[in-house]
Amino acid sequence: MIALLTGGVMIGGNALLTGCSNGQGKDIVFSKEDQDFLNEVADTILPPTKSPGAKAALVGPFMAMMVNDCYEPADQRTFYEGIALLNADSKKLTQVEFVHASPEQKKQLLISLDAEAKLYQSGKAAKEETERKKDKDFAGMPNHYFTMMKQLTLLGYFSSEEGCKQALRYIAIPGSYQGDVPYKKGDKAWA
Amino acid sequence: MDSNTYDAIVVGSGISGGWAAKELCEKGLKVLMLERGGPYDHVKDYKTAQKNPWEFKHRGNTTAEQKKKYPVIHRGWAASEAVMDAWADEEDCPYTETKPFTWWRSYRMGGRSILWGRQSYRLSQMDFEANEKEGVAVAWPIGYEDLAPWYDHVEKFAGISGSKENLLHLPDGHFLPPMELNCVEKDMAARIKKAYDDKRHLIIGRTANLTAEIPGRTKCQFRNRCWEGCPFGGYFSTQSSTLPAAMQTGNLTVRPYSLVTQVLYDKDSKKAKGVEILDTETNQTIEFKSKIVFLCASTLNTAWVLFNSATDVWPGGLGSSSGELGHNIMDHHYNIGASGNVEGFEDQYVYGRRANGFYIPRFVNLGGDKRDYLRGFGYQGGASRQGWSREIAELNIGGDFKDALSEPGGWTIGATAFGEILPYHENKVTLDKTKKDKWGLPILNMDAELKENELKMRKDMQQEMKAMLETVGVKDVNTWDSGHALGHGIHEMGTARMGKDPKTSVLNKWNQVWDCKNVFVTDGSCMTSSGCQNPSLTYMALTARAVDYAVSELKKNNI
Repeated sequence: MIALLTGGVMIGGNALLTGCSNGQGKDIVFSKEDQDFLNEVADTILPPTKSPGAKAALVGPFMAMMVNDCYEPADQRTFYEGIALLNADSKKLTQVEFVHASPEQKKQLLISLDAEAKLYQSGKAAKEETERKKDKDFAGMPNHYFTMMKQLTLLGYFSSEEGCKQALRYIAIPGSYQGDVPYKKGDKAWA
Repeated sequence: MDSNTYDAIVVGSGISGGWAAKELCEKGLKVLMLERGGPYDHVKDYKTAQKNPWEFKHRGNTTAEQKKKYPVIHRGWAASEAVMDAWADEEDCPYTETKPFTWWRSYRMGGRSILWGRQSYRLSQMDFEANEKEGVAVAWPIGYEDLAPWYDHVEKFAGISGSKENLLHLPDGHFLPPMELNCVEKDMAARIKKAYDDKRHLIIGRTANLTAEIPGRTKCQFRNRCWEGCPFGGYFSTQSSTLPAAMQTGNLTVRPYSLVTQVLYDKDSKKAKGVEILDTETNQTIEFKSKIVFLCASTLNTAWVLFNSATDVWPGGLGSSSGELGHNIMDHHYNIGASGNVEGFEDQYVYGRRANGFYIPRFVNLGGDKRDYLRGFGYQGGASRQGWSREIAELNIGGDFKDALSEPGGWTIGATAFGEILPYHENKVTLDKTKKDKWGLPILNMDAELKENELKMRKDMQQEMKAMLETVGVKDVNTWDSGHALGHGIHEMGTARMGKDPKTSVLNKWNQVWDCKNVFVTDGSCMTSSGCQNPSLTYMALTARAVDYAVSELKKNNI
């Protein structure tokens, strides 16, 4: 489902399970600084509006945990290296590391990265299909790190307590089903 | 009676085993139910069922470690954080695949009755007659009229919600009030009815979720978390329904960690005298004695027990004299269908999480319709408004993006087909003696595949849905086909089929093993053909019918 949004399969999701195993996965240590960085990325993708932003929902630490627990080693490396790549892009454009850029600079940077990642992921899918026709065991190309960051941000936020209760509407025990209730623009979606 | 002797032994505690135990106990027999897995108590052991979404560490995803440990479960949608504990340990319990076979097993009390999809449909006279009319495999030894009263019997107790539709090929039953189709589904139903001259029907799914109270159980609360176990007892499972009824009689003994290794066959009396188990905790071998045995270990494991029984008399195992034991394995093939966008209905939404969808009963090879393949398929699907994982044009990052995702998107509708698989002798499971499981026991080898009839049908399964959606005005219709390995439908059937002739079938019309009349097989392995309807309700009815016969025969000293 998240796949739709970010142009490809859910990374670390079941669709990637083609029997690939990249040897021993070692935990990547995400420093406090790394996690703050990830919180900033998440909060730029989903900032506070009428509802809390992704930082308030601690999406940064969530991303770090998910990368360690659920990603294959190759994706873990790509994700981790992405932190440095994003900072390098930020310095090029704004002279400062991502966390020190202005909100508008952060947003513009991620908008262009998002476009780059989408283009990359759709090209990757096509190339992999061609390669697999030649060699059915073709291992596949790496994912774009920003695709992972965005997927984990959306998942981490909209399934968080803040996301479920404040960005969306959540009722633990609905008690009944009604197949036709009025909806007006602005009403929140059900979690 | 000594402590290892009972009137009846039931092997397995899933849907069929639970029914066998309940019916036998209620008829006054002392019953031992054997379950190879551990205990799993109603409500108390539903550990995740009351958690909120954010209380799941990985928010529903499985870990890299789980992916390595459960490769088969990860072939499909069954790999979900909440239910990983439910699945059998794939390292301890391996199987080999000559052809790809997806076997989803749950080894614990209640078996897959906790996890099942709950869709409950009767087979019809057309389904029971098909093999004989078309000269496929062998004829069913029973007809719809034999099973109809037993469908009534099990529906009343299990609680099946559904709408009466008066369709000959999908008989109505004893239903609780139907769940509601949503506004888009209702509109589609009306358009389909009109466009296809009342020959195609979109109806609400018939499901074993309670829409009215049943004593001791609470109505479905529309949480859509069924497979984690329902703390309300809102759907039929062994734990919510048959087990408490059986326990109430005082006649039931349940023994977990009891892997039945063989039915003990007595050459002189030509009857079973009980079963042998391996206690999976202590590795001890223990014998239990009984007058009758009900094998309800699930289609493949029931075949496995039979393969390992009475091999001194029949090298292929108990019930193998026809040469059909382990053969004719069927499933329902799916993972194929179409979906698209529905315009309008922007000022309408739903309330509650309905653990059910719509059903489009079979319409091919029916009432004058003729295709280039035999049998047919039904569709299961739903309409809903899109959620936060959708694509939003022009918005990718920032506050507007987030606020847009906080609202529901447009309506979509889609369905997957469930198609009948014919019984082919070549589609089989056998014992693979080259490999052993954790306990040193031989394991199963799977050698089964879809054939020409199914592959032709698949084209239609996809194209008919696409055409139907386009005909009723659905936009941007997409099709998919992710292929189907047998077993993936979790509707394994047919390894010990019923028939009229002991030379060509394993079981007679009362589910008795032809070669051993006090052994009854009433799980999916008894199926002579598969229909395209979800099969569990039929196993329930066949089980109750077989118990009724077994007990009356026992009273007459015939078995």
